[in-house]
Amino acid sequence: MALIDEMEKQLRPPEDTVEPYPAKYITLASGEKMLVRQISREECGIVLEAVRPLMTVEKDFYDIVASRIYSEVLGYMRYRVKDEYVFLGTINGEIVGIVNGRLVTPELGMSYHTIAIRQGLRIGAQLFAAKMEYHFDILGQEEVLVVAESPNGFKRWMIEYELESRPEVWHELGGVPTFVLTRELWEKHKAEKSTGRRPVPDELLAANIPPHLSASYAQKS
Amino acid sequence: MRDVGIVGVGHTKFGRWNGSYLDMASTAAVEALHDAGINLAAGEAGIDQLFLASMGAGQVNRISGAASALVDTLNLRPAMAETVENGPASGASAVKLAYMAIASGLANTVLVVGAEQMRVLSGWESTDFVATMLHPEAEYPYGMTLPAAAGMFTRLHMEKYGTSEKDLAIVAVKNHENAMHNPVAHIHLVPDLHAITDDEDANVINPYVAEPLRVYATCPMSDGAAALVLTALDTEREFAHKPVRIAGVGQATDTHVVAERPDPLDLFAVRESAKRAYEMAGMGPKDIDVAELHDAFQILEIAESEEVGFFPRGEGNKAAREGKTRVDGEMPINTSGGLKAKGHPVGATGVSQVVEIVRQLRGEATGRQVKDARTGLTTNFGGFGNNVVSIILTTKEKG
Repeated sequence: MALIDEMEKQLRPPEDTVEPYPAKYITLASGEKMLVRQISREECGIVLEAVRPLMTVEKDFYDIVASRIYSEVLGYMRYRVKDEYVFLGTINGEIVGIVNGRLVTPELGMSYHTIAIRQGLRIGAQLFAAKMEYHFDILGQEEVLVVAESPNGFKRWMIEYELESRPEVWHELGGVPTFVLTRELWEKHKAEKSTGRRPVPDELLAANIPPHLSASYAQKS
Repeated sequence: MRDVGIVGVGHTKFGRWNGSYLDMASTAAVEALHDAGINLAAGEAGIDQLFLASMGAGQVNRISGAASALVDTLNLRPAMAETVENGPASGASAVKLAYMAIASGLANTVLVVGAEQMRVLSGWESTDFVATMLHPEAEYPYGMTLPAAAGMFTRLHMEKYGTSEKDLAIVAVKNHENAMHNPVAHIHLVPDLHAITDDEDANVINPYVAEPLRVYATCPMSDGAAALVLTALDTEREFAHKPVRIAGVGQATDTHVVAERPDPLDLFAVRESAKRAYEMAGMGPKDIDVAELHDAFQILEIAESEEVGFFPRGEGNKAAREGKTRVDGEMPINTSGGLKAKGHPVGATGVSQVVEIVRQLRGEATGRQVKDARTGLTTNFGGFGNNVVSIILTTKEKG
């Protein structure tokens, strides 16, 4: 093995086997069906391109959220973050939203970011709910650490889920005060926040894979 | 009294306004003046009076005496200027006052602007701001909000008249479809009726705001401004457009506390304001070709359509179900998209409703034009029906 490969091996976090998120679909208010699924490292390139146009949009803090997602997805793609996952929301293959996070311990999850590329259909809310479903209902975790970097996020997560304030706990996104979604709070809110159906019909999967970029970004107008 | 007509209309895109309050109000005003053929740059606007309608310029935007700021911004000095605050009916009240100023001979040409910038507030703060229109001792201090009032009203309407959540959704979808043809509407998205009512995911993607009202049965919070140029019809001054005559203006009040009404479902002030407008115009409901009704909540479009006489009491839901209120129906309502989809910057709404009717009567409502529309009605609903203004506009000669 070449020296460079040996060094790269040292740089990568140890690989754990983590149960994958089973894809689901949600009928949105427009009647369109959004597929929510976990993506592999090989699909990250297009996700980077999907958030790139929003990295300079100051409105609603899209710039910081998009830039951080770019960095986090790149970290996943290059094997620099341990046990990270990335979900895509797609409608007929068009990338309409992205969420990501990671597992810290078998009991503890770390929510990273949620971004809605298409607005007005509660896509961000549904993708956030999907990742919480992953942490609690699929992986059986007990708590997820959450921070918000925009007022919209604060309203959607901290207030609507009544998250528990735990500023003394450190979140990997920095010094922003940490809040916690506990299993108890998840059970209290999930019926009104989380929806979707499984299994996903083959034709719906086929219509959404591979994903493609949105033709326009309303946030930029 | 002199007859009064509208010769200019202006309207910003409703939704989020990223500039200042005065920039927003000025944008609509300049468009209306331009539409009237008035050359503002020449310093000869000939505006005698400005009325600025706003519910929250002072409370939300920290601008007291906003009309004084706007008249100066527009370089219309020494025109008279007043700010008009009458809750969500501020806009139609400003139109009424403009009518009175001209009809009385105090003014010849008046500029009316309705402007509200609400999205500087969070959703909760906006709800609280709007709730300040409720009774200050009997309702507001107890946590009453407008969605709560509308939710209770809707529940009663459902029990008494069989209105369903689907009826409300039908009204919403119709208004969203209309808004797709209105470039100044806040929301350009048509919800799918099945998806927001019967689909397995409906409970989550269209959640309750105040049961039985869901997201798609309530209007959004919007910024926006609309403007009108009104003039005396006996003036020799020439404008770019033939005036659309204001044939009738009616206003009525009701108990401020909804619970004090003998029947909470009886929107007396809506009925009475429309009756007064009809009487003044010498017209009735059958003369109306198109109407803009105040659908801050979808139940209000149904209830108001009954109170203004378009449909018998308790049958507004059926009319909506049968498509009678669609653009191509027998009584088109809210062709602009209504408050539901065009948006509801509260103080601007009454002016915006008149703008839509003027566009309809001029034949300019592309994509949503009501065929052969010659007479239209607006109903601007203040409080929870405690102060309502109705206006009738027509292109028909006074008979």
